[in-house]
Amino acid sequence: MNTKVTLAGVELKNPVMTASGTFGSGAEYSEFVDLGRLGAVVTKGVSNIPWPGNPTPRIAEIYGGMLNAIGLQNPGIEVFCKRDIPYLRQFNTKIVVNVCGRTVEDYCEVVERLGEELIDLLEINISCPNVKEGGLAFGQDPRTVEVITAEVKKYAKQPVIMKLSPNVTDITEMAKAAEAGGADVLSLINTLTGMKIDIQKRTFTLANKTGGMSGPAVKPMAIRMVYQVAHAVKVPVIGMGGISSTEDALEFLLAGASAVSVGTANFYNPYATTEIVEGLVNYMKNNDVEEIQELIGSVK
Amino acid sequence: MKKKEWCMVECQEKIAAGIYSLWLETPSIAEQARPGQFVSLYCKDGSRLLPRSISLCEIDRKNRRLRLVYQVVGKGTLEFSTLKTGEQISVLGPLGNGFPLEEAAGKTVFLMGGGIGIAPILESAKQLQAEKRLILGYRNECFLLKEFEKVGTVYTATENGSFGIKGNVLDAVREQELSAEVIFACGPTSMLRAVKQYAERKSIPCWISIEEKMACGIGACLACVCRSREVDRHSHVHNKRICKDGPVFEASEVEL
Repeated sequence: MNTKVTLAGVELKNPVMTASGTFGSGAEYSEFVDLGRLGAVVTKGVSNIPWPGNPTPRIAEIYGGMLNAIGLQNPGIEVFCKRDIPYLRQFNTKIVVNVCGRTVEDYCEVVERLGEELIDLLEINISCPNVKEGGLAFGQDPRTVEVITAEVKKYAKQPVIMKLSPNVTDITEMAKAAEAGGADVLSLINTLTGMKIDIQKRTFTLANKTGGMSGPAVKPMAIRMVYQVAHAVKVPVIGMGGISSTEDALEFLLAGASAVSVGTANFYNPYATTEIVEGLVNYMKNNDVEEIQELIGSVK
Repeated sequence: MKKKEWCMVECQEKIAAGIYSLWLETPSIAEQARPGQFVSLYCKDGSRLLPRSISLCEIDRKNRRLRLVYQVVGKGTLEFSTLKTGEQISVLGPLGNGFPLEEAAGKTVFLMGGGIGIAPILESAKQLQAEKRLILGYRNECFLLKEFEKVGTVYTATENGSFGIKGNVLDAVREQELSAEVIFACGPTSMLRAVKQYAERKSIPCWISIEEKMACGIGACLACVCRSREVDRHSHVHNKRICKDGPVFEASEVEL
């Protein structure tokens, strides 16, 4: 039985990855799961300089999901390279570094710096709904998506994943633009912009007013978009959005995702990632699936 | 490896309006727990994803039991309040750092709790070997008083003056002319802010336990941060993680 998948020439032992921002750089969750059993660890977004993030409250629970407006708090690329990459390199897993920025130059600076590091893939976050500049602003216009992808590709030593926003009218337009800009892989979906109001205090629940919605409640939308994008482009797609079980992961694979990321589920089940790795193997055994590739995109 | 474990409800009772006392039998959490730490409790209703962080009120290491005293503030805690003897609940912990009892041993210590923030003060008061002044602030209805009276001298304050001094914990300190060499406190932010100012004015070492909405509870998601005076060693910005670096902080380290 073969669970290996390949993303832009990088071979993952299985298609299970973590979703950026939900897993730090792996250290906290390594107390629960063996990171070496994951296909890849995707780190929290890193920028050229430390970012303090948004004021609190940064999260709110909603029915079947949550809103977050962390605001990409991170220690900056230098600390990240010195501390987090060596930590992750102890494990036999692939390292995907998520990159955020306020300007195209910010992204390129971080991507260029990461060229010196032993990491496997870059994921460019042009879809964070919680920062005023950069982030989502880049991910909602196809022309901008293409330009930023092409710019990043000039500096990138590793294959580039462009992470797409669902907060658009037609996600396939953004996917095609990223592909035209030279993206090696696409990942989707980032969170959906939402809002919650505290009726007792008559104010916004989140200090940022809006936040990114994630969790099981977003899964049907994510699967629909993964399906659409997988049919619209030739590059591989990483699917995410509300995955909390093996069944969820399988839905994404069948819809056309070459790999999947587990995000919010980590918060309520710190073992979610490795449980899904095991679950996929069991599904393959029980259904006589020899190659996991057979599943990918098989529901047309 | 850390573990999320199923714990059995030994008993639960309502001890004041909206305040519940829950005794859990834990496979291993109680044995590792320290005063001032907390646990994450998970709801059975799958629409409520996030764990609720609840402080440890009492730790019975020998019998592997934990006592949680919590307030019903929403649907999650309302669900917990219906737990009956023999039922199971999923728990992660112990989490966070706890109060540094060694800093207060043998000294004159204020152990201050306000509202539901009184809960984590009880185990600290039980374990601390010191000259203890237990200063408890309630809105109007007292709870856990008997337990506190067993471990030290108790001073109470209520907002409406129905029991003890009318006012808050610092009013009790002033009225009783109390003094301390170390302060441990837990309560609403407004109280902690006042206690921090009091401690700074009097140059008393002070540790406070802070609350914030949490998601992962283990330091990964950065939801529950508080502002730190200095650039934090881990975050490299003026933020500390309440779940991992706290919930107990030296008052001078954080800005409220």
